[in-house]
Amino acid sequence: MKRNVAIIGGGQTYHKARRHDVDQAEMVNEAVRSALKDAKMTIDEIDLVILGNMEFFEGVHMTDCWLVHGTGAYGKQGLKITTGGTVGATVVCAAAHHVASGLFDKVLCIGFEKQEEGDTGAILSGVAHPLWGRSLAGAAVGYFAMLGSSYMAAWGAKEEHSAMVAVKARQNARKNKYAHLKLDITIEDALNSRMLAYPIRMLDMCPASNGACAMILADEKTAKSRSRKPVWMRAMETVHNEQFELDWRDVLTKRSIFSKVCASRLYKKLGVTKPADYFDVFEVYEPATWAELLWYEDLGLCGPGEGFKLIERGTTNIEGPLPVNPSGGVLSTNCIGASAMLRIWEAALQIRGDAGEHQVPKEVRRALTTAYGGTNWTVMTALSKTLDD
Amino acid sequence: MSERVAIVGVAQTRFASSRPDVNYAEMAYEAIAEVLQQTGLEIKRDIDNAISCSHDIWDGQTISNIGITDVIGGHLRTEEKMALDGSTAVFYGMVGILSGEFQCSLLMAHTKMSQTSRNIINNVAFDPIYTRMLGFDYTSAAALQARRYMYKYGITREQVARVVVKNLSNARGNPGAHQAGSFTTAQVLSSPVVASPLHRMDIAPDTDGAVAMILASEERARRITDKPVWIRGIGTCYDAHYLGDRDLADCMALERAARRAYDMAGIRNPRRELDLVELSDEFSYQELLWMEGLQLCERGEAGRFIESGVTAMGGKIPVNPSGGLLSGVPTNVAGLNRVAEAVLQLRGEAEGRQVKNAAVAVAQGHSGFCGQHQCVIVLGNQ
Repeated sequence: MKRNVAIIGGGQTYHKARRHDVDQAEMVNEAVRSALKDAKMTIDEIDLVILGNMEFFEGVHMTDCWLVHGTGAYGKQGLKITTGGTVGATVVCAAAHHVASGLFDKVLCIGFEKQEEGDTGAILSGVAHPLWGRSLAGAAVGYFAMLGSSYMAAWGAKEEHSAMVAVKARQNARKNKYAHLKLDITIEDALNSRMLAYPIRMLDMCPASNGACAMILADEKTAKSRSRKPVWMRAMETVHNEQFELDWRDVLTKRSIFSKVCASRLYKKLGVTKPADYFDVFEVYEPATWAELLWYEDLGLCGPGEGFKLIERGTTNIEGPLPVNPSGGVLSTNCIGASAMLRIWEAALQIRGDAGEHQVPKEVRRALTTAYGGTNWTVMTALSKTLDD
Repeated sequence: MSERVAIVGVAQTRFASSRPDVNYAEMAYEAIAEVLQQTGLEIKRDIDNAISCSHDIWDGQTISNIGITDVIGGHLRTEEKMALDGSTAVFYGMVGILSGEFQCSLLMAHTKMSQTSRNIINNVAFDPIYTRMLGFDYTSAAALQARRYMYKYGITREQVARVVVKNLSNARGNPGAHQAGSFTTAQVLSSPVVASPLHRMDIAPDTDGAVAMILASEERARRITDKPVWIRGIGTCYDAHYLGDRDLADCMALERAARRAYDMAGIRNPRRELDLVELSDEFSYQELLWMEGLQLCERGEAGRFIESGVTAMGGKIPVNPSGGLLSGVPTNVAGLNRVAEAVLQLRGEAEGRQVKNAAVAVAQGHSGFCGQHQCVIVLGNQ
């Protein structure tokens, strides 16, 4: 990038299954106000607003146009980006491009979803090709059921391992005041929750949340003069995958996989060879428990087939050596358009030391985030505390 | 801008009322394959990222860039989608190159309006609480805007009909146009009324088609083509959503977007400095209103401006030499088609619709009803 870019503020709503007290504009506005307050800024100072959200989820075409009075985009420059589950991170990358281009100094980016106003399962079945895939589509649950089955068959993991991920996420969420599912559950509870599609049980899946996240990105000069704790965007990488490449469900596949391709490109940009040593905290996009175990492996935090051993040993707990999703992750809060942005914002909070009760108990200088959506798409970002890292 | 970004290739499918022979990915690929062939570029070797403009709701597929990930070169590569008019892809594409992240970007806009009903899709762009159940679509909202604009400035129905006559006449020189012909204002005004004061011929028809474009950094552009077209200035702006919050005869968003684009391009007197304009005449009266917003004439003067012939082919500032949206350009594709047409003009490749000695052009696109989001792009061949 031609200019350094920093996150100088951010905010999120309290995420919930029901928000009958607000409409979409009012909900988005809560996150925007909170981000502006965090950055000690007014909306008048913002040069450009980028919104991310999927129109089919709530059945509103051109949400960016409807929500201008809530986003603050009225009279301002702005764009809307839509890339499915990854969109929150795509919006942050787009904002970083705008700042790095030299044309804009302060960019507001927003991701949100008000899932109660739509039917996400039905809409996600619409992802499948209308001729070749839709009659088979099982939305996200069917997708991860195949992944989980493949993972257990290949590596000998047990349902208990996915239950450990389910428990870690919800116990971490209890420390995060904004999280949706703050559940005091045990492994027993997870194993006894309702079966959706083997081996995916209710507690293996993310919830349908309402919520929004907003962040303000700025150039180096603005960041240094306006923010006491800027968090620097060090590298970003986007990798998409075409819709008919179905082998991904087989964890033993030898073909190139989006997640590994993206991680290797990001690490190359940063000159990282040992990601487990380099990064201090991880916020990954895990719509289902099994996806988190696979992220450990695809990000190179352990070898293939060893992901379930990391959760078994507690390596990825908040107080563990490789904390993953101290916020509670997507398993605890999934307002789709905001979920990928929340990964970046939560990682930034960890670097600032502002994560409150779910702050990891060690120095955090560098963080890695992932997004997950589309037909195996990801956006990864690397954040740092200083420009020396 | 310290560095410059160029448009190095454009390709467009033919525009037709219906393309049952292709699905939207196949249609998109027609334009993508052609622009790659034209520029001699290969996706894997030369293209750093791809940006598409379309809408899930028009495409009938959730996260609809899934439908074109393969043909746009997105497999295991960087690909993004914007859900605004195609002109905004040029905006974001330019920003990506100026950021230093990319050197060469493939842009694409595609829509098959024949797949669905525009009235239903338009209706869900209205907020779900207060205005949607009134049954609005873009056409009925446009009728309100047309009435307010005509009333406030004394614009006559005949002046508005002249836009249709001019654009369909211009389209005769455009082999890709969906409809063209020689008509009179009387014929326009005797076409059936759809939403008073708008008649059928005042409304851009349903059309299927796609446009692809390649942007490159100055260094790369010089190696790709000897006829780069430079993006000299660009601006966007949002207006209010609720029609009652706006005076529909005003075009604040367009004025601001244009001011930003002109400032960046160093254009002080657009009327004197521009050689041609390609704007989004989704409805006939919009050409007049947008001309005012683009500062081609004073507020309320556009009616007399078109009567004087200034905006006709051979006039001082031809507007929509391609025939514009009234000749049939799909929604969402419209803005990218405006930019593509301006590029062809500035390269001297516009064939039967070529404006002589064109060096500086403006392209305008808008999204939402009554032009709520505006994007203005100044292009030059020097």
